[in-house]
Amino acid sequence: MSFPWAEKYAPKHPFMRWIDQRLPLPRLAYGAVGGGYPVPRNLNYFWNFGVLAGLALALQIVTGIILAMHYQAGDATAFNSVEHIMRDVNQGWFLRYAHANGASMFFIVTYIHIFRGLYYGSYKAPREMVWMLGLVIFLLMMATAFMGYVLPWGQMSFWGAKVITGLFGAIPLVGDPIQHWLLGGYAPDQPTLTRFFSLHYLLPFVIAGVIILHIWALHIPGSGNPTGVDVKSPQDTLPFHPYYTAKDGFGVGIFFLVFALLVFFMPNAFGHADNYIAANPLSTPAEIVPEWYFWPFYAILRSFTADFILPAKLWGVLAMFSSILLLFFLPWLDKSPVRSGSYRPTFKIFFGILIADVLVLGYCGGSRPEEPYLMISQLATAYYFIHFLVVLPLLSMFEKTRPLPNSISESVLHGEEAEAAPIGVTPATAA
Amino acid sequence: MIRFLGVLVGLGFAFVVLLAFGFGAYAFVTSPPEQSAEARYHLAPRHDVRYSFEGPLGRFDYQQLQRGFQVYREVCSTCHGLSQVAFRNLRDIGYSEAEVRAIADQWPHQMASINPDTGEAATRKPIPADHIPGPYANDTQARAANNNALPPDLSLMAKAREGGPHYIHSLLTGFRNPPAGFEVPQNLHYNPYFANLNIAMPPPLTADGQVTYGPGNPRPTVDQMAQDVSAFLMWSAEPSMETRHQVGIPVLVFLLIATILAYLSYQNIWHGGDRRVRATGPLDPDNMDKRQQASREAGVTE
Repeated sequence: MSFPWAEKYAPKHPFMRWIDQRLPLPRLAYGAVGGGYPVPRNLNYFWNFGVLAGLALALQIVTGIILAMHYQAGDATAFNSVEHIMRDVNQGWFLRYAHANGASMFFIVTYIHIFRGLYYGSYKAPREMVWMLGLVIFLLMMATAFMGYVLPWGQMSFWGAKVITGLFGAIPLVGDPIQHWLLGGYAPDQPTLTRFFSLHYLLPFVIAGVIILHIWALHIPGSGNPTGVDVKSPQDTLPFHPYYTAKDGFGVGIFFLVFALLVFFMPNAFGHADNYIAANPLSTPAEIVPEWYFWPFYAILRSFTADFILPAKLWGVLAMFSSILLLFFLPWLDKSPVRSGSYRPTFKIFFGILIADVLVLGYCGGSRPEEPYLMISQLATAYYFIHFLVVLPLLSMFEKTRPLPNSISESVLHGEEAEAAPIGVTPATAA
Repeated sequence: MIRFLGVLVGLGFAFVVLLAFGFGAYAFVTSPPEQSAEARYHLAPRHDVRYSFEGPLGRFDYQQLQRGFQVYREVCSTCHGLSQVAFRNLRDIGYSEAEVRAIADQWPHQMASINPDTGEAATRKPIPADHIPGPYANDTQARAANNNALPPDLSLMAKAREGGPHYIHSLLTGFRNPPAGFEVPQNLHYNPYFANLNIAMPPPLTADGQVTYGPGNPRPTVDQMAQDVSAFLMWSAEPSMETRHQVGIPVLVFLLIATILAYLSYQNIWHGGDRRVRATGPLDPDNMDKRQQASREAGVTE
């Protein structure tokens, strides 16, 4: 599909030929995820996570559709209908725990997928569009997950909805009308619940659509690889099927093992106890925290505590949205011609700091908003912005990178300095 | 240009947040936050009891659940509802159909109903299909009867508090005299396991033998009763826990075998003897063979 030597689909069986002439769906699958898609031969396990994220979405849609058959989106019925699912629906507890923990699994694999992209420079030319479509998927995921968390109508659902929609209230002039428009009232209530349910059902299919664009855009240049060196010859690649389908099969097995451990033995580990208390507009919980996958952003939001020209709350909201939106500009902020972090010694150090920084932000975001967590998250927030907006642009100007291998094939030599090309194949190094 | 603007925006955000850090740090140093009474006296739940349902293979102890249900019925149900549990669910903890019918029939609280002749509000005895009726018709009545405090429904209590059954057990056995100088407001009771230390509930389990257990059961000490009712509330919060554990082990075994097979097939495909790579790479075993043969033929020793 993407490389000139990609194999053309040539159905052998008359039936497949018949199908292919009328609806070339097998041709599409063959070129997209079959033997017709040549993939760099040196992908490591970090390249499994795109497939795993797609799998997580599929699982969420399947469990979610069945849950929607038993769930009632009413302010007086929602909480009890969730308990009805847990107690009276056959295997309902499994469906609900699979859906709740499936969301966590979805975010875990997506975060690894994103950080894979950050380390190996997957956002750089010619894959900017793949990266930006991925960020759109991420934003849609966050919206979907947030609205899904509101549906059980527990205490955290209710107060989370109030706090998160309240963020829009910080926008000058139009903030309050926007918040009321989102909620369908002055506080979370029946209109909020029904519209969130409707959108929570809709958005996953929008995500699926953007994923198709994401994969389409990926297939134009083809997959990146850990060296960041472009594919130069046929010997640098392997067909997606059977090589990477087999590798993904192993990844899927590990995914399901972790997933099953969560669902069957620690289903509430990622949840908050307060969400087993029915929503009560008159009683504010001692601490309002979102789900774990929002903690880093929540920490950024809360670390702006001082007014400076703008009110502190507006700074927090601006910073929180900017922390994600700045990623859209990453391909132009980081102009280093070397994609892979493996050949950028200084970048590697800063990338390590960034990982630690985001983990610290996550920990602070899940803690109470008191000292010393506030001070720590303020320092971590400062580093987050400096990393992407100051360090990366400057690094791409001054960093001295390590020499790149001449080709993917050369990079996979096992400890040999160089290797004679096999009979009949032009040496890759000669290119 | 983007990079220039980016650096400006980045420095801007960093400046504002570091300004906030400066203020916060200055306030932290000049006037360190005072330790609140909650932070000083509050205790985390004790994990000194080992329940049968803990751990990946944990099962409920039905004898214990039945004792706990007895404690709920004779003590807790005076003030607390258990609305998510139906009488029919009690079959799951070992009661027979006849026993469940008797429990429903003799339940201290009635179901709201209507008079079939006049349509006026009335009450009736519960049947096994009913959810367990609580002591109060509504929250207003509950508050009126309890100095404006609302006794929460207990169905999900073991999942709605950090520590679950350990929290409930600690709370029930944690009533004590307040530390010297600690003022307990009127109608409240000091309990260091409760979030804000002062709980409206008076100590419910006060004396050994408050509930009379049937023969073959342990002595009903306060601690034993607290353990039993905590275990019962874990069941009422998560009745599917035992099934979940029972299903989970074979699922994990199945997935483990499937994953091992997937790994072996991955290895087989990548290193198989009949590897069909259209464009063979230099490290391909076939190529290595050809290369060595070519070297031999050329008389080159590697």
